[in-house]
Amino acid sequence: MADYFTEAEARDLCDQILARSTADAAAVTVSSGSDGFTRFARNEIATSGEVLRADARVTSRIGDRSASVRWNDLGSAAIQQAVSRSEELARIAPEDPQSLPLLGPQEYVQNEAFFAATEELDAERRADVILAVTEPAAAADLVAAGFLDRTVGSRAVANTNGLFAYHNSTAASYTTTIRTPDGTGSGWAGTTHSDWMSMVSPADLAAQAIDKTRASQDAEEIAPGPFTVVLEPTAVGNLISLMRTAFDARVADEGRSFFSQPGGGNKAGEVVMDERLTLLSDPADPDLLTCPSASDGWPLSRTVWIEDGVLTNLAYSRYWAQQQSRDPVAVGGGMKLTGGDGTTADLIGTVERGILVTRFWYIRPVDQRRLLYTGMTRDGTFLIEGGQVTRPVKNLRFNEGLMSMLNKVEAIGTAVRIVASEAGGIGAPVVVPPLVVQDFHFTSVSDAV
Amino acid sequence: MSTTRRDFIKSASLAGAAATASGWSGGLVLPSAVVEQSDTFLKDLCLSALDAARTAGATYADVRIVNIRDQSVAASENRVTEISDNETFGVGVRALARGAWGYAASRHLTRQECQRLAGQAVNQAVANARAVSTPVELALVDAYPDGMWRSPIRRDPFRVPMEDKIDLLLAANARALSVNRAQFVNSSMLFVRQRTTFASTEGSIIQQTVYRTVPQMTITAVASDSTNSQSRASAEVAPMGLGYEHVEAANLEERALEWAEEAVEKLSATPVEPGAYDLILDPTNLFLTIHETIGHATELDRALGFEANYAGTSFLAPPADVIEKLQYGPEFMNVIGDRTQEGALATVGWDDEGVPADSWAIVRDGIFVDYQTTREQVRWISGLTGVTMSHGCSLASSWDSVQLQRMPNISLMPGEDDHVLDDLIAATDRGILVTGHGSYSIDQQRSNFQFGGQVFYEVSGGQVGRMLKDVAYKGRTLDFWNSMDMLGGPRSYFIGGTTGDLKGQPAQAHATSHGCPPARFRQVEVTNTAS
Repeated sequence: MADYFTEAEARDLCDQILARSTADAAAVTVSSGSDGFTRFARNEIATSGEVLRADARVTSRIGDRSASVRWNDLGSAAIQQAVSRSEELARIAPEDPQSLPLLGPQEYVQNEAFFAATEELDAERRADVILAVTEPAAAADLVAAGFLDRTVGSRAVANTNGLFAYHNSTAASYTTTIRTPDGTGSGWAGTTHSDWMSMVSPADLAAQAIDKTRASQDAEEIAPGPFTVVLEPTAVGNLISLMRTAFDARVADEGRSFFSQPGGGNKAGEVVMDERLTLLSDPADPDLLTCPSASDGWPLSRTVWIEDGVLTNLAYSRYWAQQQSRDPVAVGGGMKLTGGDGTTADLIGTVERGILVTRFWYIRPVDQRRLLYTGMTRDGTFLIEGGQVTRPVKNLRFNEGLMSMLNKVEAIGTAVRIVASEAGGIGAPVVVPPLVVQDFHFTSVSDAV
Repeated sequence: MSTTRRDFIKSASLAGAAATASGWSGGLVLPSAVVEQSDTFLKDLCLSALDAARTAGATYADVRIVNIRDQSVAASENRVTEISDNETFGVGVRALARGAWGYAASRHLTRQECQRLAGQAVNQAVANARAVSTPVELALVDAYPDGMWRSPIRRDPFRVPMEDKIDLLLAANARALSVNRAQFVNSSMLFVRQRTTFASTEGSIIQQTVYRTVPQMTITAVASDSTNSQSRASAEVAPMGLGYEHVEAANLEERALEWAEEAVEKLSATPVEPGAYDLILDPTNLFLTIHETIGHATELDRALGFEANYAGTSFLAPPADVIEKLQYGPEFMNVIGDRTQEGALATVGWDDEGVPADSWAIVRDGIFVDYQTTREQVRWISGLTGVTMSHGCSLASSWDSVQLQRMPNISLMPGEDDHVLDDLIAATDRGILVTGHGSYSIDQQRSNFQFGGQVFYEVSGGQVGRMLKDVAYKGRTLDFWNSMDMLGGPRSYFIGGTTGDLKGQPAQAHATSHGCPPARFRQVEVTNTAS
């Protein structure tokens, strides 16, 4: 009883739902697929799971009133009830003066984001892949924990104005944290992609984490303060992924954003970060391969948010774009930061004295308007002296502004796809380089390993 | 624990137990027909899954059929921005075979599918057993063949007309917008009803209905030159395991005025001078500090490395070094774990392994005495604690998620001197009063933290003074709790809560509450976040 809808199946289901609509207009989103995961800890598999999932969401409009219902019993009677319920609620809703007509048919960029090798990661195969990490960890007298996640799915969007969009995709993520049995060392490694064959091999993943764990033992305390840092791509991605919501034009125009202009308006056209850096989204980029339509069916295409340091685009909802007499710009298509060349090792070689950061943890906004965040280093923090990693240091808390950081960049490496989510699962694609940043503000030391 | 404290928890537990009598009731207006399936049908599905699991070789299995209905209404300024009414329904089967776990879940509620899931869960367990050298062993649990429990709601939120909810939010927004410079107001209500039919090969069949009600507002003031904006969230209104009566008691419209005025006042508040201060933490702030520094630190799976790859480990390890040995705080500090306090978010009749709700000491007279446990975790520390039954901390967020150890309500018991917040302020010569929860960050072993709030006031000579801004307090968990020197009493006890606590891989959101009175902490380091 599969729950993965082909384009024809998804279209048929959308048609069934919209055919029951008696509202002035209606839109539907149908999602389907399967998720499989296996967790391990203490060099053993702890749990695994296989989940079939599918649901639909219908939004009914009566004049400028609207309401939505999402449900997952997709039988005929339940569809009728859901559509009726959304219409009943829409009649109650007040008129929304910002409501706009539904979109008509759209053209979408094409990408191939569905890979058989990812789909085939069943429980048996995942157990093999996990043994490829736990066995070398155990052989090294170390203790591995980790998570292998795989998803296969499709999403369709349709409405009564004739719009239809369909996209199918796969994705996987594999992360491991390897610790010493006495808890004095910890190292992390991770890899993710739409295509399992494009990910770091399990043996290499284990080797990376084991090397880092060994090097991290018996870290010494270092006085906090401003440091030159080499941020590995994962650490950069942990921070850059937080910018996804920062580009809202309306929030900027209304004075509530980093990109607000004093006195009114926004900072479009201004230099906002290092002029070597470019930040973009692109569903067709082979490193990103995201769904090419927004939730309302608006087509997503390559959008350069910041080009050569200049703020070139903000995200405009259809309503705000109309108010500002310009085209809408939707957020989507992953995030990619580019501008340099070289590996993390190359960057370390350029630093006379600094700190190497593997990844960050518990990053929280201290001042959202200034994009100021706090958080901790984790699972591999080292002192760099004379272009070499010389010794492990205890983890440090930082308080730093994202845009401030991007204006203190000394060196930029080659962008790679990383696991940006602290939770280590499959998230929106993020492709970023390692960076050397001056005067990164560490404010306290932690004994946590 | 003193008689006073025991009575305090006992009264809360009795209130919770009384609610169980209300039992399982349906009959709501639902968008889906399938939820109208009879209890007998659901029980039959469960039993067919358990039979199939046994036949496939499971030494233990449990099945959960979960129906979640949620309704959300949101408004921004004078517009309603969202009305949604959602439902998800599905079944998950967990099987233990050859000492390893497997889990399979689906939205298809048929006998055939339940049997297929059972077989798949066992097959996974067999595949996983190749990478398991320490077979899972489960602590004993009694069988509850007719278990039934329901949140103690007085007014069903799904029966309240949508028009009333809309009117309430728009009226609250209008009240906030009447304050000059309060320009942006977001308000919302979220209602959740989760109905679970649980059955296990131990002989339990348990039906529970859990409600959650989450009313909230955020008001933002913007400086006239757009160089500053400040927000005030409705921190005093906690998410609760109650019904619509909680929305009515929250009184958003009346409070909106005060919150809006405070948002505007924050624009011109005095920047805090960094340094060490005596901190008076209102319970609307302290509850989340308890969550981060005690709740997560006392999760046994973290302490033993099972969450090392994401949620982290714990400074509270190894268990043999800390149980009955570690001084968490002063002698008047008592912390309980419980799933029994009326209206609290983690309160249930049974957990997702069929273990009845428990209430137990985590910190007794300042000493750490016990962790949070599930059935498979008990044996890891029973030799140290003498406890041979699970504390009932197994939970999954929905049918499509496998159970893991989740936080019960973790609460700081009120002091015996029946102080209220004003008493703490009056006794403080130089300090800062922190109200509401703001930005919270803590290391992966739950020691080094930096916490913020909603509103901060200078306290000088026993009086509340100027409003301060850019305040965050930081420290290390044990230093912090051992600096506590004054505690409010039962009259000032408040239950706060969070509905977005993430843990596990895949990450699952969890709702839990934390009761506490206000408390004072001596010479805590305060930083200015803007400097």
